[in-house]
Amino acid sequence: MKALTKKNRSPNIAPTNSQGSEGMAEEQIVSRKIVIHYTAENVDQPIICQLVKTHDLIFNILKARIFPKREGIIVLELSGNQRNFDNGIRFLKDKGLKVEPLSKSVNQNSDKCVHCGACTAFCPTDALSFEPGTRKVVFDPEKCNGCELCVSACPVRAMEVNIF
Amino acid sequence: MKKSRVSKTYQEINEKIRQGRAVVLTAEEMIDMVERHGEAEAARRVDVVTTGTFSPMCSSGAFLNFGHTSPKIRASRVWLNDVPAYGGLAAVDCYLGATEVAEGDPLNSVYPGEFNYGGGHVIEDLVAGNVVRLRLEGYGTDCYPARKQERNMTLSDMRDAILFNPRNAYQNYSCAVNVSDKTIYTYMGMLRPRMANANYATSGQLSPLLNDPYYRTIGLGTRIFLGGAQGYVAWQGTQHNPRVRRGENGVPREGAGTLATIGNLKEMSPRWLVGASMLGYGVSLYVGIGIPIPILDEEMARFTAVRDADIYVQIYDYSMDYPKGDLKSLGEISYGELRTGEIVLNGKKVSAAPLSSYYKAREIAMILKEWIEQGAFLLGEPQHLLPSV
Repeated sequence: MKALTKKNRSPNIAPTNSQGSEGMAEEQIVSRKIVIHYTAENVDQPIICQLVKTHDLIFNILKARIFPKREGIIVLELSGNQRNFDNGIRFLKDKGLKVEPLSKSVNQNSDKCVHCGACTAFCPTDALSFEPGTRKVVFDPEKCNGCELCVSACPVRAMEVNIF
Repeated sequence: MKKSRVSKTYQEINEKIRQGRAVVLTAEEMIDMVERHGEAEAARRVDVVTTGTFSPMCSSGAFLNFGHTSPKIRASRVWLNDVPAYGGLAAVDCYLGATEVAEGDPLNSVYPGEFNYGGGHVIEDLVAGNVVRLRLEGYGTDCYPARKQERNMTLSDMRDAILFNPRNAYQNYSCAVNVSDKTIYTYMGMLRPRMANANYATSGQLSPLLNDPYYRTIGLGTRIFLGGAQGYVAWQGTQHNPRVRRGENGVPREGAGTLATIGNLKEMSPRWLVGASMLGYGVSLYVGIGIPIPILDEEMARFTAVRDADIYVQIYDYSMDYPKGDLKSLGEISYGELRTGEIVLNGKKVSAAPLSSYYKAREIAMILKEWIEQGAFLLGEPQHLLPSV
């Protein structure tokens, strides 16, 4: 499954300059990476399919760890129009799931990072890169897909991923 | 050799530093200076060029004297936070090596091992002022009857603590790739299969020994920035080898010179000594080093203006060739190319990443520049130069 990126998503965005004036502002597509935490009680319920069926959202599974009768997580990139997206998130929360943006779950500990950049060759989404000029390593949580390769690459354990 | 028109001595430069008149540039700033004004004019104007490097440097460690308590002990076995230190020095002296792993660590039995804590981390904890657990065992003598002792200590409780690193600041290093078809874990970091990434080290144009390729100004007694304090070059480092292939600019095209460094650990800071855990390999210590290079003449001005594009490294395979001890260069690449984050090797695009922090290396060169400008740091004239060619 290929992750939706801004580039290949753009043809689907309805309100372009030519159409935007026709009152389609609600069709604005949003796309967010989220972490869904299941508890042992709700892990066996069919939930993700409702995001498509009821809420007309597109999802792309970036990572999942789900077992019967145990806590689990799913990392999704979720796309759709703003109203459907909000409804979908509310639906998940009503089902008793904890939902968080992925960007909240991955953190570059600035006290620990020595800005060597060993992580930069591994990051598949360019979320970790050198800031031109300063040559500091900067982390863009919006680009991160939670793969955790940086955690293995970092010699000072500055990358903290709190997904599991 | 062409006769130098500019000629300065250490004494003259130190006199200028004392008077606050010395002109100090970092090795990065010197590149522009020489480009704009030529090496003769640069040599006239500039007195000192500061360099810096911040990298995991194995072959580092500390001599610690933790002092006696009553009854006294001949501590033949020593642990700090469960990391063994070598106690075969004297009753309460030990040497704690940066790459020593904590006792009981599963090592690589769960592959790749995480190596969360070791000697490098103890050194970082000590300079951070953290409490460490000291555990001692002796065999009992008439003068040192105690057999076992345990106590909590901080660095300030130690009688003496000397950072002594037998091999630091490698002059150039190799670039590591993995040609096999499985991921390998090395001291050069994680290397993904089929040359998916290339890891390199040193701070290139900012690196101390790359700015003085024939060690004209660096030797025993050279005063340096070491771990945030003022330290010294103590000797040539282990494996120091000046007889390597060099470019026309004199810069080695592979690992060459090294330095043994020494300084007072009690004055150092966790900002510049940081424990490192290399997945599947082991532990090490990031060491921050900066060396001031006196611009004695035009030649030193030219040497210190070296740039990344003119420094070449060899690319080696760490899956087969390196472990076998049969190094065959897969190619040569400049720091200029490595710094773009992508190199081309055998027609394949390979992501390149450093293990050394250029950001911190630059910070060190700037701090050293400030120290000298403020008159707080005088040049140490080497009493014995490193072996050169």
